[in-house]
Amino acid sequence: MEHNGSNSAPLAGIAAHHGLGYSETLDLKPVHAYTALAPGLRESSFRRLAFTGLTLHDAEHRLKTLLTSGLEGDQGAYRAFLQALTPHLRGYLRKRIPQHRDDAEDLVQETLLAVHNARHTYRVDEPLTAWVHAIARYKLMDFFRSRARHESLNDPLDDHDDLFAVTDDEPAHARHDLGKLLAHLPDKQRLPIVHVKLEGLSVAQTAKITGLSESAVKVGVHRGLKALSARIRDIRSREPDENR
Amino acid sequence: MKTDDLIELLATGDARLDRPAVPRRFAQALTFGLTGSVILMLAVYGPRRDLASIAQTAIFWAKVAFPLCVAAGALIGVMRLGRPGVRVAHAWPVIGAPFIVVWIAGSLVLGDAAPAERLPLVLGQSWRTCPFNITLLSVPTFAAVFWAIRSLAPTDLRVAGAVAGLLSSSLATIAYCLHCPEMSPAFWSVWYAIGMLLPAGIGAWLGPRLLRW
Repeated sequence: MEHNGSNSAPLAGIAAHHGLGYSETLDLKPVHAYTALAPGLRESSFRRLAFTGLTLHDAEHRLKTLLTSGLEGDQGAYRAFLQALTPHLRGYLRKRIPQHRDDAEDLVQETLLAVHNARHTYRVDEPLTAWVHAIARYKLMDFFRSRARHESLNDPLDDHDDLFAVTDDEPAHARHDLGKLLAHLPDKQRLPIVHVKLEGLSVAQTAKITGLSESAVKVGVHRGLKALSARIRDIRSREPDENR
Repeated sequence: MKTDDLIELLATGDARLDRPAVPRRFAQALTFGLTGSVILMLAVYGPRRDLASIAQTAIFWAKVAFPLCVAAGALIGVMRLGRPGVRVAHAWPVIGAPFIVVWIAGSLVLGDAAPAERLPLVLGQSWRTCPFNITLLSVPTFAAVFWAIRSLAPTDLRVAGAVAGLLSSSLATIAYCLHCPEMSPAFWSVWYAIGMLLPAGIGAWLGPRLLRW
């Protein structure tokens, strides 16, 4: 199980698998090297690192539990997973594009959609943070690329520990309008999303109302959300500064 | 749109997954792609006439094993590249090993041959066309493989495109083996390798466009 990221990337994996004790031991190595140079810092660095280790491990564990239950059909857990993930994504993205606050919230939503649409690519035996980080980073790089700003030259050399270390809870609006976005979808995608996702009807009820088969409803929701994500992305790439 | 509203939208309904969907899609893609390449091979080049007898020789199966092993490695690579946060890692040696084995076999054959025979062994009868034939036969597999990968979430689109191109060309090479008259590892080690790497290059070029999500 090898994961993307810089040197410390495997640590998160180990931390995730073996719990705090092990992660602390590993985290402390750089501290010892560091405190040899600056002995006075030992105490505070120790606390800070130990604390960070605990928080990261907790976030990883908590989010993973929620996601796993969500994927087993627990709707509340899945909602809680997305809600708990959002401040991490917001913190991560705002930190990297501080000059584009609105873009950051657009990207938060794009990343949430991407996480949802790609949830089948997550495997429980992998650190969740590595998976989420790869998705958020992909969306961020795509943003840089499509904007062709000079940031595109700066590959963010962050590692995925960062993602669960920062949070930003201040809610915000993205500029796109769900109604307008939905209006662009064909009926066989739009109607399943409206009935299942917005009105909360069951797949069977939706099938009855729309005359589609149950599997067509499921496929419609799935493809519709992918199309929605692609549309948001295309709008962002085409008209970066136009209001949506 | 408020982010909370989006979360509500995403969380409403059942987040459960159809787990075998991805393997099923890959199985379909590989089957359709390979069938397409074989049909294209039959239509454009035709099978070699002595196929029935040559299929009983070990060297023929060694030839088929080369692209087959590359395809296996590329398939592992593509499946890993399609999952965010997962490295290709051990897929690289699996992809590289068949090339190295064939290069070693090719150089052994050349070492045994008299100096004057070496160049003809490498060039065979079809070196001018072989890589392009393989590239043409890759068209159906290329489309199928890219369609399958779009069900995943690759984050390095160029590398994913390259390995996807390699998967499609190695499958096409299996189909091409049914036509190709060349039976020397010295030939395969150069021209089959180029034939497989050309579509990989095209895949790397088109990956960022075709695989973006």
